[in-house]
Amino acid sequence: MDILNALTAFANFILVPGLAYGSQLALGALGVTLVFGVLRFSNFAHGDTMAFGTAFVIMFTWWFQSMGISFGPLPTALLALPFGIAVTAAFVLGTDRVVYRFYRQQKAKPIILVIVSTGVMFVMNGLVRILIGTSERNFADGERMLLNPQDWKAWTGLAEPLAIKTTAVVSIVVAVLSVALLFWFLQKTRTGKSMRAYSDNEDLALLSGINPDKVVAVTWVLAAALATICGTLYGLDKSFRITVYFGLLMPIFAAAIVGGLGSPLGAIVGGFVIAFSELIITSAWKKIGSYLLPDSWLGDGLYQALSTDYKVAVSFAILIIVLLFKPTGIYGAK
Amino acid sequence: MAEPFLIGEAMTGGYGPVDILHSCTIAVEKGEIAVIVGPNGAGKSTAMKAVFGMLNLRQGAVRLGGEDITKLSPQARVRKGMGFVPQTSNIFTSMTVEENLEMGAFIRSDDTIAQTMEQVYDLFPILREKRHQPAGQLSGGQRQQVAVGRALMTQPRVLMLDEPTAGVSPIVMDELFDRIIEIARTGISILMVEQNARQALEIADKGYVLVQGSNRFTDTGKALLADPEVRKSFLGG
Repeated sequence: MDILNALTAFANFILVPGLAYGSQLALGALGVTLVFGVLRFSNFAHGDTMAFGTAFVIMFTWWFQSMGISFGPLPTALLALPFGIAVTAAFVLGTDRVVYRFYRQQKAKPIILVIVSTGVMFVMNGLVRILIGTSERNFADGERMLLNPQDWKAWTGLAEPLAIKTTAVVSIVVAVLSVALLFWFLQKTRTGKSMRAYSDNEDLALLSGINPDKVVAVTWVLAAALATICGTLYGLDKSFRITVYFGLLMPIFAAAIVGGLGSPLGAIVGGFVIAFSELIITSAWKKIGSYLLPDSWLGDGLYQALSTDYKVAVSFAILIIVLLFKPTGIYGAK
Repeated sequence: MAEPFLIGEAMTGGYGPVDILHSCTIAVEKGEIAVIVGPNGAGKSTAMKAVFGMLNLRQGAVRLGGEDITKLSPQARVRKGMGFVPQTSNIFTSMTVEENLEMGAFIRSDDTIAQTMEQVYDLFPILREKRHQPAGQLSGGQRQQVAVGRALMTQPRVLMLDEPTAGVSPIVMDELFDRIIEIARTGISILMVEQNARQALEIADKGYVLVQGSNRFTDTGKALLADPEVRKSFLGG
């Protein structure tokens, strides 16, 4: 019974939140890794692209709510998602047209594009502040809990509650569907294959008659879609705030680099590695320990390696370790 | 004499301000094999790249089937029927053999792509066996087969090979040369740069010996092999 209670506490504090957060990071890292693979630079504006997309999803959600449209037990934001993606994709394509294309034609070095993307980041950040403000926005509606802690206790008779938020499950399901769709696109369609070919060997892709402008445009649309989905899921699960989204850039880049920049599979693995590392290191293990160890062994401590305030340090540390010992990441080749 | 099918005539030019080619002429007839040989730094690869439009010519012209293509980009030349196999990075390493071939056929929209793929598999049976393996996992000789196969998928009229046997064993080299002869027999012209001068000239209808970006000797492959001066200077006796 104690072991079951310990497992429940583990699921409640680490497994379920980790799967949800990992799904969100994986989607974010996929966007970063796609842009890196095809356009060959680290897009620092990705965090603010997420915020931009989410801001539009929130505004569409409010509009839908004001018209009385809802999605039953699911968040209305899911209905608003396609519209948010469309606006973000249009904006990102416009940015490519007026900013990135110029540097591509100059054959600018990747580091210059990184700095350019930092500029784009500030512009998008400012736009989002104007659009939706700097304060926290909650836009989750529908059924709050998929599994109520009281119900769990009643069903199982365990002392330890297990709560599963609807948004956590929505995160995981939407992420799985998005990833499946993305991999199907990359592996099976002609356009997807031409994207991989372009990412693999640009010169040979050009020799094969692949149109680089089309590949670049499709990549931006995919990156915008992934960023908007990632941002919306994160916002539903936690809340939306522009500064937080800016900060998400850190774990997302850590995830993409741990997995190996340019590798979609690596981005997913990296997302979960970062999410679970953060949770395992910043969680208080006392509760789980109290079911497994005699009371006298435990003492007063929380058994928390690092305060949650410092969770960014975890991604930072992992990032540095990976860059020192295996800079190409888990699945990276280049 | 009628003009050759593909000719780069009196080409002068280089990558930057310095000329590498000096009035160099390279030509190949329909269904024949032309080989460019010469010492290191003679401009062999450069001559072939010039024919393919990868460097700017200050003088001279390139004509394909009588049509002047001097001003066309390499991509446009692919659409005109020229296939090019670079010396290095000539395959998509992360993609399967079959996907490599599919990418070769990217510009085609007809429905005979599967048929061409079958022909490539018939030519290189090992590729059929390894069709679902990432091309980067194959051996050097097999990679070259993928590279040649990818270029054949565009159904080119001229196939240009930049040192196809670089870094492969002598047995694999003979094998590749046999395949190249087979390709030429189907009516595709072959223009090839080779380090292994002797073996390449043996299969060549036409040989070009370049020195410092100029034509030094031009003759049939057999005649060049028999020429004592060519033997002494370029074929090691």
